[in-house]
Amino acid sequence: MSTAVEVTLMVNGERVSAAVEPRKTLVDFLREDLALTGSHVGCEHGVCGACTVRLDGAIVRGCLTLAVQCDGAVVETIEGVSDSGEIADLQQAFERRNALQCGYCTPGMLLTAAELLKSGEVPSREAIRAYLSGNYCRCTGYHAIVDAVEAVARARAGQVGVGEAQ
Amino acid sequence: MKPAAFAYAKARSLDHAIELLGTREGARVLAGGQSLIAALNMRLDAPPLLVDINGVSGLDRIERPDGQVEIGALVRHAQALGSQVVARDAPLIARALPHIAHPAIRNRGTVGGSIAYADPAAELPACLLALAGEVDITGPAGRRTVKADDFFLGLFETALGPGEILTAIRVPAATPQMRCGFAELARRHGDYALVGLAACARADGAGLRDSRFVFFGVGATPVRARKAEAVLDARGFDGLDEAVAALADDLHPEDDIHASGKAKRHLAGVLLRRVVREMQDPWA
Repeated sequence: MSTAVEVTLMVNGERVSAAVEPRKTLVDFLREDLALTGSHVGCEHGVCGACTVRLDGAIVRGCLTLAVQCDGAVVETIEGVSDSGEIADLQQAFERRNALQCGYCTPGMLLTAAELLKSGEVPSREAIRAYLSGNYCRCTGYHAIVDAVEAVARARAGQVGVGEAQ
Repeated sequence: MKPAAFAYAKARSLDHAIELLGTREGARVLAGGQSLIAALNMRLDAPPLLVDINGVSGLDRIERPDGQVEIGALVRHAQALGSQVVARDAPLIARALPHIAHPAIRNRGTVGGSIAYADPAAELPACLLALAGEVDITGPAGRRTVKADDFFLGLFETALGPGEILTAIRVPAATPQMRCGFAELARRHGDYALVGLAACARADGAGLRDSRFVFFGVGATPVRARKAEAVLDARGFDGLDEAVAALADDLHPEDDIHASGKAKRHLAGVLLRRVVREMQDPWA
């Protein structure tokens, strides 16, 4: 038996109320109920990182969080952080450096990279790789992704412009 | 895959959680969910009811009772990783935390959940055992405390009974004499260990006393290498070769999809050398 449960949460700044089946994961709720299809479903057991979203300000696996647990929570997806312009520099750097091909992993990569760069420090390449270790890319390899994240970290720290660090 | 259907109830308090667990046989506690929801998604488990304890207050604290560090069951890995108390007074746990999964999982996964789930390749159960810690459990019959030595019983099997909830873990706070070491081998940063080692001992002159070397990923539970410990306690660092040889008696890892049992035992010896050297010279 699983009765639908009423939840109210903020998604990308908008208040959302819905009745959700307890077994519905957060990423399925975002995609199927709210048509926010930027968060992707990959492995569905926490390994690949394609479903990464922000929950109350911290990145989580959308496939390892139940929608029903998000009552009263603040959720941000790639759509939200794209529209707000918060990660415009990261997106630009990914595009400039060909840090994606099919793009399936990219929303998760961007949200993970954004959390890493939140402190304003410039992480080492090893630290970037370690932070992104939970996000699989099956197209590019990771070199261009690490390049893009490093370039943005440097640019934000005023070390060198994103455009110059090519 | 998607989980089978289940009912969901959010507990308002610890007592409420225990009451809810008693309403349905096979009900499971949902904390961080980073192992449980993965298991549900893969249909390895299909409980009729999940009791969500995330709203229970008082379980997310890191405290420093006399001579000990107490970590509430709902403390997230990321919270523990950012804690000054853990860094200073529970350095073995601080060393292990960065090896647990990935940032998005550390933001959500809990210390109590890792101990209660008792994955044999997980880091924190081995740390708790190496530190001779203990766990607090509350259930229908009241509150009890179980030593780590008596907690891990078998594969994903612990001393937790039906309807019981692990509420906190406690470990002795570090002292100037305490030496600890940690190492693990994984194919990818953040993956479960092929083989790992958490160790704790008391420095005594040039040697070690009361050693507790706990391997993980080599059996159904975290495994103490008792013969190797005895060699190191008796002969100190000079006994390292003999201690590595003693692992043949201590550890009996089986083949799995990642490595053969033989390879795992070899790697256990490599880790023992690394960790003992680290404990010999903690400032190196």
